[in-house]
Amino acid sequence: MPGSFEGETVTRRRFMTGVTHGAGGVAAMAFTLPALAFAVGPLFSRVPFNWQTVGTTADFTDLTYVTKVITVVQGIGNAGNTIAFMRKRNPSIDTEPEDQYNHYIALSSRCMHLGCPVRYVAAAERFICPCHGGVYDFRGMVVSGPPVRPLDRFYTRVHQGLVQVGPRYSVNFELHRFSPRDPGQPLNGIGQYLYPKRFDTSILPKN
Amino acid sequence: MPKLPAPPLPKALLPPPKRPGQNGNGPVSPVEVGAEAGITVVDWVDERMQISGGIRWLLFRKVPKGINWFYTLGSATMFAFLNQAVTGVFLAMYYRPDASGGAYESIRYITDDAFLGQTVRAMHKWGASVMIILIFLHMARTFFFGAYKYPRELTWIIGVVLLILTLAMGFTGYLLPFDQQSYWASIVGININGTGPFVGPYLSDFLRAGPEFGATTLSRFYAIHMLLIPGLIVALIGAHLYLITKLGITAPPWIKAVEEEAPEMHETRV
Repeated sequence: MPGSFEGETVTRRRFMTGVTHGAGGVAAMAFTLPALAFAVGPLFSRVPFNWQTVGTTADFTDLTYVTKVITVVQGIGNAGNTIAFMRKRNPSIDTEPEDQYNHYIALSSRCMHLGCPVRYVAAAERFICPCHGGVYDFRGMVVSGPPVRPLDRFYTRVHQGLVQVGPRYSVNFELHRFSPRDPGQPLNGIGQYLYPKRFDTSILPKN
Repeated sequence: MPKLPAPPLPKALLPPPKRPGQNGNGPVSPVEVGAEAGITVVDWVDERMQISGGIRWLLFRKVPKGINWFYTLGSATMFAFLNQAVTGVFLAMYYRPDASGGAYESIRYITDDAFLGQTVRAMHKWGASVMIILIFLHMARTFFFGAYKYPRELTWIIGVVLLILTLAMGFTGYLLPFDQQSYWASIVGININGTGPFVGPYLSDFLRAGPEFGATTLSRFYAIHMLLIPGLIVALIGAHLYLITKLGITAPPWIKAVEEEAPEMHETRV
């Protein structure tokens, strides 16, 4: 470099410039990083979900579905409610293994294609989605249309004679349980790795 | 401070010459002072900002032979954007981003009770569709006229980014009335985002501010629609206009360049 001493690697001007830019970068990070973390934060904080009472054991039958309103998001009134289709478990048709959380089957009303609300048609024993023609059978398995997996379910339990609904979980075609995914994400085979589980969904309440 | 010489005005805007017999250096009458009050104020500002040269450079640019109405589509898109911005600002004075019913109620107030609220809201709603149509027509015109070629590639790239930002404005703005149509359309839109492999679940969580559609989703869409994307659009429109003015307008593809004829060479006979 012209004008430099023997062995000088960085001039005083360049050092000064570099330190000033570095200090400016630190100052900019001081207000940018908290703001970015604020925007990205919801991806990492768990949403709390408590058991919600929806009725007594006498309210449900294994022959047809009863619709119950549950609250999935607190604090925003009606916009946070959704519908669960509920029935009693029928061992002759429900072949998935039974445990304490599926004595009562609670299906989510969100279609697994893109999230429109499905309705249950009792005469055909089918769930029909109005948006793009997805059809599910009595157990929530896909029989027609674009949905990529069966209807999501909610954990259920019986607590002192009351039937309670817990967090949502997703299932694949073998009705194997997964942490809840969004509609449109298949879970068979490679699907569970292509669409990994998220950090912010509710986990089973301890009580 | 001595005034710098101004760049030449186009002929149509030069002041008319004084009629013969009038004394241009005579006593100034109050009528003449009044007639020139406007330009005096502008001169005062321009002497300090020195910006009139830049404005003339922007507004009085040359256009090529063969210019036609298709070339107005870009300005039409910007006019639609300005309509959205102005009506959007006034809608924002009445709108409340409250997911537990306040949003819907504020829109109802705008539509039913506020003076000219229905008109302003309709201008914003239809203006959005108009802007989308015009931006696609402008893009088609640029493509079919080959106006994206060297040296205008950067202009084209900025235009594509503006297209994506305009579509994002439509997506985020659609949720704001928070009625059934908005709610379910946004749920479907966010779930479509979620179908992308590997990043899909996190992308839809980022858009929704959580695993479920909640109050923060509406606030997030409102902030993106009001602040983030309009800021980016204004900055990119500025860059787009600068590049267009700097690089000039291309002629339509059916206009052939005219070769200068070489002077005829006569053979010298020996």
